[in-house]
Amino acid sequence: MMVKGIVKKGEYYDSLTLMTAARKLRELSGLLDSAIVMGTRENRAILEAAGLTVEEFRASTDADLLIAVKAEDALLAERALSEAESILKSVRTRADSSLAPLPRSIETALHLMPDANMTLISVAGKHAAGEAMRALRHGLHVMLFSDNVPLEREIALKEYAMEHHLLMMGPDCGTAIINGVPLAFANAVNRGDIGIVAAAGTGLQEVSCLISNAGAGISQAIGTGGRDVKEEVGGLMMLAALAMLSEDPSTRVIVLISKPPHFSVLEKIGKVTRTLGKPVVAAFLGTENDSIRRHGMLPAGSLHEAALLATALSQRKPVETVTTYFARLRNDLRVIGATEARKLQAQQKNVRGLFSGGTFCYEAQLLLRDDLDEIYSNAPTGKSQQLKNSLKSVKHTLVDLGADEFTVGRPHPMIDYSLRDRRIIEEAADPETAVVLFDIVLGYGANPDPLKEIVPAITSARKSTSQRQRYLPMVCSVTGTDKDPQNRAEVVRGLRDAGVIVAESNAAACLLTAFIVHPIEQSDCSHDTPV
Amino acid sequence: MTHLFDQELKVINIGLRSFKDTLDARNVKAVQVDWMPPLSVSPQAASIIAEKREQIEDANRAAVERILSGKPMLVGLGKALDTIPRMKENLLLHAGPPIEWKRMCGPMRGAIIGALIYEGLAGNPEDAERLAASGEIEFAPCHEHNAVGPMAGIISASMPVFIVKNDEFGNASYATMNEGLGKVLRYGAFNDEVIARLKWMERVLYPALRKAVERVERIDLKAIIAQALHMGDEVHNRNRAATSLLYRALAPQVVRTSERDAAASVLDFIGGNDHFFLNLSMAAAKASLDAARGIANSSIVVAMARNGTDFGVQLSGTGGQWFTGPAPVPDALFFPGFTKDDANPDIGDSAIAETYGLGGFAIAASPAIVQFVGGQARDALNYTLQMYEITAAENRAYQIPSLDFRGTPTGIDVITVVETGILPFIDTGVAHKKPGIGQVGAGVLSAPAEPFVKAYERLAEKVVKQNGRCGQFSSGFETQSTA
Repeated sequence: MMVKGIVKKGEYYDSLTLMTAARKLRELSGLLDSAIVMGTRENRAILEAAGLTVEEFRASTDADLLIAVKAEDALLAERALSEAESILKSVRTRADSSLAPLPRSIETALHLMPDANMTLISVAGKHAAGEAMRALRHGLHVMLFSDNVPLEREIALKEYAMEHHLLMMGPDCGTAIINGVPLAFANAVNRGDIGIVAAAGTGLQEVSCLISNAGAGISQAIGTGGRDVKEEVGGLMMLAALAMLSEDPSTRVIVLISKPPHFSVLEKIGKVTRTLGKPVVAAFLGTENDSIRRHGMLPAGSLHEAALLATALSQRKPVETVTTYFARLRNDLRVIGATEARKLQAQQKNVRGLFSGGTFCYEAQLLLRDDLDEIYSNAPTGKSQQLKNSLKSVKHTLVDLGADEFTVGRPHPMIDYSLRDRRIIEEAADPETAVVLFDIVLGYGANPDPLKEIVPAITSARKSTSQRQRYLPMVCSVTGTDKDPQNRAEVVRGLRDAGVIVAESNAAACLLTAFIVHPIEQSDCSHDTPV
Repeated sequence: MTHLFDQELKVINIGLRSFKDTLDARNVKAVQVDWMPPLSVSPQAASIIAEKREQIEDANRAAVERILSGKPMLVGLGKALDTIPRMKENLLLHAGPPIEWKRMCGPMRGAIIGALIYEGLAGNPEDAERLAASGEIEFAPCHEHNAVGPMAGIISASMPVFIVKNDEFGNASYATMNEGLGKVLRYGAFNDEVIARLKWMERVLYPALRKAVERVERIDLKAIIAQALHMGDEVHNRNRAATSLLYRALAPQVVRTSERDAAASVLDFIGGNDHFFLNLSMAAAKASLDAARGIANSSIVVAMARNGTDFGVQLSGTGGQWFTGPAPVPDALFFPGFTKDDANPDIGDSAIAETYGLGGFAIAASPAIVQFVGGQARDALNYTLQMYEITAAENRAYQIPSLDFRGTPTGIDVITVVETGILPFIDTGVAHKKPGIGQVGAGVLSAPAEPFVKAYERLAEKVVKQNGRCGQFSSGFETQSTA
């Protein structure tokens, strides 16, 4: 066995390019392991831990590219190194094929496009705040996709933005739709009169897609980053966005989405919403309904409910139609659940949720907490308990595969399905697994061909359970629209063909899951848990 | 803020390119920034610089205005001892930031040996080395005596020098006459041929040119450089056009003022040395940049210079202080029989050309030498285009024909160097690392980061002192200062 590595001084690539290259490299035969990373201290530590380090790496800096390979013998290792270089070269050539060099700074970009008004920033966290401040100083609105930005920098950025009447979305803002333009991870949704402000990325995607699929549309969808509603940040961006939407003549209905805001932030939001003059639906997942109602907002117990409430308001239908809709949906799901439950063996009693959307994992824990005892998660909330080993499920387990621990040196699970594919097969092999619950997120930025990624894993899981004379229900939701590059209808069809039960939302998928593990044969379910 | 909703969204994307692809697919107007990490500076310095940005930019505008409005004129020649301020018999001026004998690289030692023999202070190389190490000989940077020298840049007391005057501000600069290529003092050669040529230059070339320049009174160097850029020079690694233009100005006067044989040999010498103008383009740059020194708060670079060991930088707003780091070895095309292993780290004051918006910064004007930068005319264009990222102005006199006569990128701003991580791009000659051998190639290189980081951090300290601000911070590097 042989480990070889090279340092390419001063060659910088963005992380997505490197991960794409690393993935191509891993396809080489005879290669045991490999890495292509920038030479940051963190990355060097990771390489060290993985036994993928050579002496030359020690003196490398942030701006140096490190390529390391582990192979059966020296010849294979050499070949892999030169292959890595040619892969990178092909990526670079594509990037450099335009005649003029790309600008290297905001200032030069402004020289090329003096009337730019938005900056989308996704550079490494430690540099991100500096770039964002530069953009704000030039009078540009900012969407800051990067995470790992210190809290005090976030506050400083947002305070500056407020003073200068600029949007400061993020840090850690994965999605937004401004003037109909999807930014970063977003979906192709209808335009309409519903404005969204969200401190939860996949929450925004789910709500905007469900609204669009229900026939209404989005005026603006503004992300704030998850920390905005914490006490320290004080909801600066949520309040500013709320003010913008209240003044925007194209917005008639407003939806707010976040995990429970700090009570002081909720008070500030309430001060605005009580006198806003436009209906506000709040999906503050986990906040008591009464404390939302008190501020003149309409509480939604799930993302799905928030979307349908907003749609009803937008279409000038009574909100009671939503209640009726969910009653019918519950009944349908109950029937399907009972049918599935009959196919299970006695020992199949555990739910295994494998989520790519953080908000979905969170929402699932809230929606299932009354139906399942002992939920474990790597991102526990409410009564859920901390998983000891995120890679190993116990009892009912709901895992956020997009958590930092899984995304170091690997693309997000919405892009790279390999981790989840492996996990689906593992969970299927466990004789106690009753349901595999998962999400598929479509849209710009997400994997362009999710069926190709996930269907082979589903098929293989199905084969292993049927060999053991077992049936395993797989339940999933697909966040997206038919206008998304992946086309939701096609993805849903493909999943159904593979034997997956596709629910219309994450909330519906959770409810169905509950009905499978705890079947209710009668139609008189008195639950009033919103879906 | 609400009117964002009424505008067409136009996006600058910094980071993941796939986000730009999405925008392209939706026909949204977007520009991709090819972002690279900034140079690593102390966070305190960065926050001070961010806070004082407006004052710094005001100062930079003033500094750049002085650089651009300079009028460098060749007004005469004189002996170094009589002409250069504070010149002494036992003083040798050298290229780059200050350096003592024991840290000097091979070619600089070679040139010092040659200069001591030339001055008659030593009879042979061994004596010269002993003398150089004895402490009897003083060394100082050319830059600290208003002078510049290519490669080793050695100026000794009896060497003749050009006198260039900045007519706009009254300051002057000095440079020796170019010896030509091959075995020459500036590349560290010191054999009899080298010494004999220097003696001839003193005895024949100097009086002839002095008389010729006296007769025309002044030669407008700025005009020559501007024309030469239109004729394919960048006046650092290519000086063929500028030399020809100078020749055209001097030749009739040389013939009128010198006797026939001397005139012929002088004109043969200039005509046979494509780089004859180099020392004048350097002196023109020096005279123009010196006028922009000492402007409080300015982050504009007024000198980049290398002594073959260290690469040094000076800023307008930080006085005479040098900020240094190890000089890198250039990426070069080598003469037959030599390789990178023979190359000395970068050396010479000639990076004053780049500091002034010429040389590597103007390489797009010089397609004839694109072999140095990858072989395609587009490569040269791209290097120049990139230098606009780190400069504060576009030159009003010097233009690039192939960029629709856009002014050359002029006035390096150390702040944008740090923020973009783009380092100045420099054309250069390559000396053999051993004394006595001479030139082994020519090529290009990017300046090292360290001097710019130090300069940035020191500027932040100075800005605080000037304008007041609470709190202390320490620089990541030790800075080296000179009296």
